[in-house]
Amino acid sequence: MATQTSSITATAGTPALKATLLSIRNVAKSFGRNVVLRDVSLEIAEGEFLTILGESGSGKTTLLRIVAGFERATSGQIWMGSEQLDPQPPYRRRVNTVFQNYALFPHLNVEQNVAYGLRAAKRPSAEIQQRVAEALDKVKMTAHANKKPSKISGGQQQRVALARALVNRPRLLLLDEPLSALDANLRRQMQVELKSLQREVGISFVFVTHDQEEAMVMSDRIALLRSGELEQVATPREIYTRPATAYVAQFIGHTNLLRAQVRNGLAVSGTLTWPVSVPDGPTLFSLRPENIRLTTDATSNNAVRVPGRILQQAFQGATELVRAQCSDGLVLVVRTASGKLTQEEVCLEFSPADAIPVRESPERN
Amino acid sequence: MFSRSYKTAVTVPPLAWVALFLLVPYLLMFCYSFWSVSPAQTIVRSWNLENYKELLHKSVYWETLLRSIWIAARVMLLSLLLGYPLAYFLSFYAGKRKDLLYQMVIIPLWVSYLVRAYAWKTILGSDGVLNTLLQYVHLTSQPLDFLLYSPFAVVLTLTHIYTPFTVLPIYASLEHIPRNLVEASHDLGATPTQTFWKVIFPLSIPGVVAGATFAFVLSLGDFLAPLLLGGPSGIMISNIVVSLFGAAYNWPLGAAISLGMLVIVVSLLFASERLEKKWSFG
Repeated sequence: MATQTSSITATAGTPALKATLLSIRNVAKSFGRNVVLRDVSLEIAEGEFLTILGESGSGKTTLLRIVAGFERATSGQIWMGSEQLDPQPPYRRRVNTVFQNYALFPHLNVEQNVAYGLRAAKRPSAEIQQRVAEALDKVKMTAHANKKPSKISGGQQQRVALARALVNRPRLLLLDEPLSALDANLRRQMQVELKSLQREVGISFVFVTHDQEEAMVMSDRIALLRSGELEQVATPREIYTRPATAYVAQFIGHTNLLRAQVRNGLAVSGTLTWPVSVPDGPTLFSLRPENIRLTTDATSNNAVRVPGRILQQAFQGATELVRAQCSDGLVLVVRTASGKLTQEEVCLEFSPADAIPVRESPERN
Repeated sequence: MFSRSYKTAVTVPPLAWVALFLLVPYLLMFCYSFWSVSPAQTIVRSWNLENYKELLHKSVYWETLLRSIWIAARVMLLSLLLGYPLAYFLSFYAGKRKDLLYQMVIIPLWVSYLVRAYAWKTILGSDGVLNTLLQYVHLTSQPLDFLLYSPFAVVLTLTHIYTPFTVLPIYASLEHIPRNLVEASHDLGATPTQTFWKVIFPLSIPGVVAGATFAFVLSLGDFLAPLLLGGPSGIMISNIVVSLFGAAYNWPLGAAISLGMLVIVVSLLFASERLEKKWSFG
């Protein structure tokens, strides 16, 4: 339970400003004619948990592989402190990786797997023994030290992969969708464990995932990648409440996108009109479902209000997603507390401040 | 899923084939090895252990057997030394040329064994390609006679013929190594050399064992290369078996030697299978 609360405070608090550990500068990568990354710049702070979030094919794994040294960037540089990392082979970088399917050595047992990096570095055997024992203890795998990877479960393999990487005391740990092979329950448990482990060891983590919930739970900051370009880099709270683009708003959580025409500080979208403080012209607004209320009578005075009709309800446990159609035909998704809605005719209302102007996300390929 | 008659139709012919052309001949050989030959050159079906006694006491038989094992061992070692780097290059570095190079390993197998053995004869002979060349560049003044009709010629030819049989299983086992294991090793700070000895080689052992077994077993039973290129000093055990079944007309002794070899080969196959299993990881 202790770990549970610590992970909640971790996402709630804003990360303290710390020195930059890794700096990715204008990195681009293409395989033949296929452009995978274009001009990505990103800084990772000491002790930070940064998640690179993106759909499959967004280039997130390629970016990670460039940092690890398995791929060379077509252009751009990677710096760790005052040292340029990208001309170095992977075995000279103080970076370790937890692979998607763990990549444990099948011919070595758990203990030998964890000791691999220290043996390669030719550390004294007493030191190896002590550090391996500590690492196994930290991930609670001491009891399985003599088993081959094929004899332990997926969650246990995951822990061994973590111990094998962390035992080398890297300055940066890269994690390539390490939880995607686990079932939902174990996955949630590992999210919490991983986050508390990261706080304990104080090493910067760069975590790659396509799962936005996972990103929200664990990260200090999220870097959202789309078709090889960063859409937004921000804390989970900021990226959710202040999405920069329509794509971000839709990718992280549910949203309603309202296409409006702004004139003289007033946004007009169909029959809806609300005051805004953005320049004139066509503008896209993101309105989260939980920021729309279903009411029967007029309540607050500055809210935007529109009559509508309920089309559909999707029960989601604590809340319910309701699709409602406004009188002008616009369909809005509304999140309400669970409970049977008695009438079909409702009034939808939201405060103008909750309609966040977002940039368009043009198609790329 | 399949009907009973279908299963019967599919399984009976191959089983019958194996029984008729493998088990029955071996059984006959087994019987022959306990029989003897009369002075009048007829097979006497009286059960005795004389053939096996002769095998143990006459040095020519077990000396030839030892020489055959020694030749086969050298062929095995050379094929591995040649085949492993080739397979390793094919699997890790050949890139787009992989398929083409793989075919080039296989193509020699389409050429008749005899043609390849004769080719070595024209290369190694006293007025053969190699000797002519050596004299032409004045490295030697007269033909080197140890090249042909020697164990050297047999080892060389058998190595040439059986190296593809070691390349293929080694290549297959290298192809099975997940490439992220190699990346993981580099990631953990192991240099390419360390990675080879600690990850790639151990995981390719099943292929090495299979390849070594192929080269050794096939060489041990070979009789054409020693016949064509071995000369008196390059005689192998199979040549003796051939002559015992032929000119010498001593089938019982030939059968006894054959069974001895069968025991050696089968125990080798069992051992190599166990070794392969030990080094295979799901």
